[in-house]
Amino acid sequence: MTKIYRNASEALNDLSSGMTLMSGGFGLCGIAENCIDAISLMDVKDLTVISNNIGNAGKGLVKILIQNKIKKAFCSYVGGNPDLEKLMLAGDIEVELVPQGTFSERIRAGGMGIRGFYTPTGFGTLIAEGKEIKVFDRPCILELPLRADFAIIKAQKGDPYGNLWFKEAARNFSPLMAMASDIAVVEVEELVELGDIPPEDIHLPGIFVQRIFQGKNYKNDIEYKKVKS
Amino acid sequence: MSWTKEQMADEVINLFKENCSVNLGIGLPSLVAERLPANLNIMVHSENGILGVGERPTENEVSPTLINAGKETVTIIKGASFFDSSLSFGMIRGGHIDYSVLGGMEVDVLGNLANWMIPGKKVTGMGGAMDLVNGSKNVIVMMNHFTKKGIPKLKDRCDLPLTGACVVDIVVTDMGIFSPDKNKFKIIKLADGARGLDLGPVE
Repeated sequence: MTKIYRNASEALNDLSSGMTLMSGGFGLCGIAENCIDAISLMDVKDLTVISNNIGNAGKGLVKILIQNKIKKAFCSYVGGNPDLEKLMLAGDIEVELVPQGTFSERIRAGGMGIRGFYTPTGFGTLIAEGKEIKVFDRPCILELPLRADFAIIKAQKGDPYGNLWFKEAARNFSPLMAMASDIAVVEVEELVELGDIPPEDIHLPGIFVQRIFQGKNYKNDIEYKKVKS
Repeated sequence: MSWTKEQMADEVINLFKENCSVNLGIGLPSLVAERLPANLNIMVHSENGILGVGERPTENEVSPTLINAGKETVTIIKGASFFDSSLSFGMIRGGHIDYSVLGGMEVDVLGNLANWMIPGKKVTGMGGAMDLVNGSKNVIVMMNHFTKKGIPKLKDRCDLPLTGACVVDIVVTDMGIFSPDKNKFKIIKLADGARGLDLGPVE
């Protein structure tokens, strides 16, 4: 069975209301633009979305956020996303803020079969409330894995098996989310032949990828362009 | 005179040892990156997955996939590396980052830091801050000494929700350099303009 799909809407045809969705990217860097656009055109709602920022500056996942398709969000940072902050303060969306290192490790754990881990991050803060505490060299809190029905991922290069190569700092949460989801849908700027990515340079082995397609029309928005003065 | 932002950044840089690794937060701390002298051989870590952040790009060097944790365009230096978020926070949580410089809303005498939300008013989220304050070997807070209303941000106890408990080593403000010391802040260095002002629980 081939993993290659024609486009985002074909690769996401069985995403349905109430499902949990992971979305790669840091701010707008490395987001799955084609998949987000496709979901914005689908009749789905009550999604639980796990993504570091849930879009930013009116772009990315904000498209589906303002369509009220997201019932619950897991994220670490809201600064730069006024649409989400407004919904949060009004109580119109359920948001679990997760420290970014705990966020990435919970996703990694979800993909790696780890059933829980203890971390000092968040001890003595609101994050620790209601969680099991265990003292090692210092007090730590128990954190549980995150998994999803679907992940939407963007990579620079991918091959038909789903081996992926990410450009510069666009890797961020994406390989972890692919590992932690039942169906990882990957869009690539360059769909290459098997063997084109040297085995030593594969950032995510294709065993973690279920669907892949050649993406198109990338905007690759920059949030804050700062140049040498 | 109180210190300018540039003077504050230079005071932070004076705290760094040569050949160290540092993580620089969003806001004031990002100024530190712009003023780091190359001869210190410092590796700047950005939690979105870069070790070895360089200066601002020229117009031709700008790349949408090369940004720092503040989502600003950057370059990399020779010897830099890219990695995923889990490995990035492993560097932090595992104690491999020597210095973390963060902004702050409040710091108290116990070394508690608050910088991620004002209940009912403002939520930025903690991003990587909770991991950074618990994992980095040295935690430096860089912030203005007073709120816009003129209230010292150095306090006996933080009123806002904490980012970390007993985590701050040094605070650099426009009034000087201070360190939390059980029931007060110890003065390490004072700006000229600070004399005679109510700086909070400082002695």
